[in-house]
Amino acid sequence: MSEAIVSLHNIRKRYTRGKQHVDVLEGLTLDIQKGEFVALMGPSGSGKTTLLNLIGGLDKPTSGEITVAGQRLDQLGSGALSRWRARHVGFVFQSYNLMPMLSAQRNVELPLLLTHLSAAQRKANALAALTLVGIADRAKHKPSELSGGQAQRVAIARALVADPTLLVCDEPTGDLDRKSADEVLHLLQTLNRDYGKTIIMVTHDPKAAEFAGRQLHMDKGALAESG
Amino acid sequence: MKYFPLIWATLWRKKTRTIFTLLSIVIAFLLFGALETVDYAFAHPNTGTSGANLLITINKYSITLSLPFSDEQQIRSVPGVTAVTWFTWFGGYYQEPKNFVFVLPIDIDSYFSLHQGDFVYDETQFQTFRNTRDGALVNAQLMKKHGWKIGDRVGMHSTIWTQKNGSLDWNFLIVGTYDVSDPTQRNQQASTFLFHYEYFDEGRSFGKGNVGWYQERVADASQSAAVSARIDALFANSSYETKTQPAKDFALAFIKQLGDIGFILHAILGAVFFTLLFLTGNTMMQSVRERIPELAVLKTLGFTDGDVLGLVLAEALLLCGLGALLGLAASYGALPIIRLGLQGVELSPLALLPGFGVAILLALIVGLPPALRAKRLNIVDALAGKH
Repeated sequence: MSEAIVSLHNIRKRYTRGKQHVDVLEGLTLDIQKGEFVALMGPSGSGKTTLLNLIGGLDKPTSGEITVAGQRLDQLGSGALSRWRARHVGFVFQSYNLMPMLSAQRNVELPLLLTHLSAAQRKANALAALTLVGIADRAKHKPSELSGGQAQRVAIARALVADPTLLVCDEPTGDLDRKSADEVLHLLQTLNRDYGKTIIMVTHDPKAAEFAGRQLHMDKGALAESG
Repeated sequence: MKYFPLIWATLWRKKTRTIFTLLSIVIAFLLFGALETVDYAFAHPNTGTSGANLLITINKYSITLSLPFSDEQQIRSVPGVTAVTWFTWFGGYYQEPKNFVFVLPIDIDSYFSLHQGDFVYDETQFQTFRNTRDGALVNAQLMKKHGWKIGDRVGMHSTIWTQKNGSLDWNFLIVGTYDVSDPTQRNQQASTFLFHYEYFDEGRSFGKGNVGWYQERVADASQSAAVSARIDALFANSSYETKTQPAKDFALAFIKQLGDIGFILHAILGAVFFTLLFLTGNTMMQSVRERIPELAVLKTLGFTDGDVLGLVLAEALLLCGLGALLGLAASYGALPIIRLGLQGVELSPLALLPGFGVAILLALIVGLPPALRAKRLNIVDALAGKH
């Protein structure tokens, strides 16, 4: 019997801007099993990124229950949520979001600063993660010295280095050319297939979504259909 | 320490801006170090161990008013007083006003009796000094500074005392040199030029028979207050009432004739640091504003609000601490130069220590607003570019 690593029940998310209220998610219920590679698709404003932020513990729902890796996220305070993220979630962003002043290796080491690992262990783990994503030879390079594909690989290494329970990827190939995008997607697929990583990926790109084992389509704050 | 590489790299994210900000902090702390050293020196005048039992008697109403020479016998008779000598402020300089020289007319017997053991000199030179009416015994450092030799004739300009011929220029023959026994007193005596009181008193066109102040040695330093009171009681209700005090207090009072040195120095520093607050504060705010997405990423990775606040504060501490360290080190290195300009004042590196406290305070003031902003940062809004 498969195990739901992400469980959302009747999730509502309302944003308030001044006097205006915008309901982004309306009563969304969803389970994602451990080891799944899920692609979230849908038009702009459909609530994909909001859903991803809630699963990743970056935001809290207005109402409803979110359980991820056995933890009720909607009940955690800010500090506890930060510590939970450090332990359980690896994030990959569209624009890589690497620290421009740090080398690739130092960027990958960042999540490990929150652990009790020694400097030598942090360095070894960072190099291992960079090796896993096939970019160990660029460890000393700064983000400005890397191509888009290479930078995204560094970002994936950073997301993986602390061995999180799940990876959440927000348009990871949005800034890449087709070739680099395919390389990154193959990498994500390998991480899912060979290393059992649970991956939730938001994408606009149907070709990217094909790499996932399951496709979810969102529209106006609700799940429209599953593929 | 594990966060240091991250903080250090962040600090140098915009090298030019950091260098200029750092330079302004360095210069501010260089100024701080220099002025605080001077202020400390004025607030803690070093009279040495030999100064503990020395008293000074001046006119009660102003140091610029004189006392009659006849007081000397009465002071000498006060119980507890073991020696008395007298001086008058000459107000001298060599060739031009920037070359201040502490030209001091002394009564040789009483002066060297009171300061027995305080000076080191050649006995032959000393006897020559005693026997030469216009002779001068000059501190060895002052000799070296001006390149004088024994046998040189030098002119000293007085800003106060005209001679009978109307001239303010007094002529002396250097007949010997001396040094102080206590090395801690060396700077205090560094510009002293001793000459005969008789030569001075006979040569001046006015004020004859008066002295500027008396100096007394007391047998027991713990009795200084009682002896001072006895001396002042002698002249109470006379035309020349006196004020007797420990030599250390006299030095302070004399310096205060120039104005409230501490207030002036601190006013200058206040202006400098007020400006620095705006400059560094603005730099820190700008730096954090530019890094909002990066700070949001750190929070995304699991850094807590407190961690992010700490990182920004640590960055401000590193910037201000580094600037303070370099500035204070530079001012420490500049102490010999300051000493040249302030001969007679003992400068202590201890005065630099509060600089580190000021650096921490500065860092907290300039670092706290951006640190709080970083702490309050909403990840979702920041990543979406809404900050």
